[in-house]
Amino acid sequence: MIEIKDLCKTFGNNIVLKDLTLTINDGETKVVIGRSGVGKSVFLKNIVGILRPDSGSIKINGQEATELSERDYNKFRMEMGMVFQGGALFDSLNVAENVSFVLDEFMQLDKKIVRDRVEESLGLVGLQGIEEMMPSELSGGMKKRVSLARALCMKPQMIFYDEPTTGVDPITADAINNLIIDLGRKLQVTSIVVTHDMNSAYKVADSIAMFYHGRVIAEGGPDEIRNTRHPVVKQFIHGEAHGPITDNENLIYGHSH
Amino acid sequence: MITNILYRFVKYVGELTLLFGMTMYHIFTPPVKMYRVLSQAKRIGPGSFLIAALVAFFIGMIMALQMEYLLLEISDDIYIPSVVAVSLTRELAPVLTALIVAGRIGAGITAEIGSMTVTEQVDALRAFAVNPVKYLVVPRFLGLVIMLPILTVFADLVGIMGGFVICVYKLYISPTLYFTMVTEALTVKDIVTGLTKTICFGAIIALVGCHQGLNVQSGAEGVGRSTTTAVVISFILIIIADCFFTTLFYFILRV
Repeated sequence: MIEIKDLCKTFGNNIVLKDLTLTINDGETKVVIGRSGVGKSVFLKNIVGILRPDSGSIKINGQEATELSERDYNKFRMEMGMVFQGGALFDSLNVAENVSFVLDEFMQLDKKIVRDRVEESLGLVGLQGIEEMMPSELSGGMKKRVSLARALCMKPQMIFYDEPTTGVDPITADAINNLIIDLGRKLQVTSIVVTHDMNSAYKVADSIAMFYHGRVIAEGGPDEIRNTRHPVVKQFIHGEAHGPITDNENLIYGHSH
Repeated sequence: MITNILYRFVKYVGELTLLFGMTMYHIFTPPVKMYRVLSQAKRIGPGSFLIAALVAFFIGMIMALQMEYLLLEISDDIYIPSVVAVSLTRELAPVLTALIVAGRIGAGITAEIGSMTVTEQVDALRAFAVNPVKYLVVPRFLGLVIMLPILTVFADLVGIMGGFVICVYKLYISPTLYFTMVTEALTVKDIVTGLTKTICFGAIIALVGCHQGLNVQSGAEGVGRSTTTAVVISFILIIIADCFFTTLFYFILRV
């Protein structure tokens, strides 16, 4: 279980997260939605410990993570997988080396076992026969899938997805959605999915949380969110240019009315 | 204004020292993957040999010519080989090789690590419980610290050959006499002091390159800016370190 309480994170004068509170239960798939720049990625990075919060608490399986040293945090990280927005594949390694990165780094496994694990992980995301290719030869969507395979290779207990379906064709997006659902339901993987893609959000979520001005302003099951009366959430999920979120900005000309 | 520059300089050196400390910690904390060090050394060394040799060869020739101009009046041509050999091994070859490598390799390190930073690859390393200093900085640091002295020894030899060409074909000093004068003038301490400097220069190039790369801000433009800054800062620190070492070796330790 991941419990986040009063999390604050500021960059210079820019307050990104302000007293954010959210709980993700074991085996739950929590979808986080919100406009670009609202701090969704920052939120994920705080949980993984790439960024450290200014204040607040993050409890992972009951243990306070914000006070951990880098080395102790690594024990949690071994149980976490993260799929980055742009894939973040290592340029200098080929696909197979990317997928088996953590295995190679921390375990002395037989080459055949590693090869099988790589094949299995790539198979899960619907990719075959690209083991020898370099990341620069892959399309954006493929990079994202390899990135997902890399996260799966360690068989993590928690997976964090940063926009897993953005920039992927609709068929692959649906396959990724199904995979996220399978991992949650069958393997009881705890997931946080950050996305803008409402189709994906409704499909994979056990519960959806909407971030606005650094806080969670609405939380509930997919149907609750879909039928919400909250004007801000409503504007966001229906993708309307006019509404309470954009009242003070002119989307075309970039200045106030 | 000056206090501001001084403050930034001290802050920067502080950050480098911190990175140096972390690098040393990870060098002595197993496991250190030697194949990564070797692959970095391979990237740094062979590619830089030709340019380092070319520069050293011409510097050797220029030194011999300039010395001839200077020593002509007192007709002491015979000391030219000694001057060329000593000044090359003590000073010129280490510094020039370091500057070449800073431009060629230091910039490359910043650009590479910088683009890894902006494409979240460094974040990915940390997310997978891999320390970026251990994975990225340590191999480059060791690679440079090992390869720069080797390159410098090579540059010493080629530079002396440059002097040889001028001394033998223009000043008509016999080849045997040239090498006798070189070996008589050169002592082990000249070579050792020269090489001690290069270890430090290698460390500077690696640390500045990695530090700039890991701290890139804002995309491709940031990578470009950091790369330029890395080269400039490496040059400045190499020259300052050289001045420091020359003072230390010559005036304090008297070697």
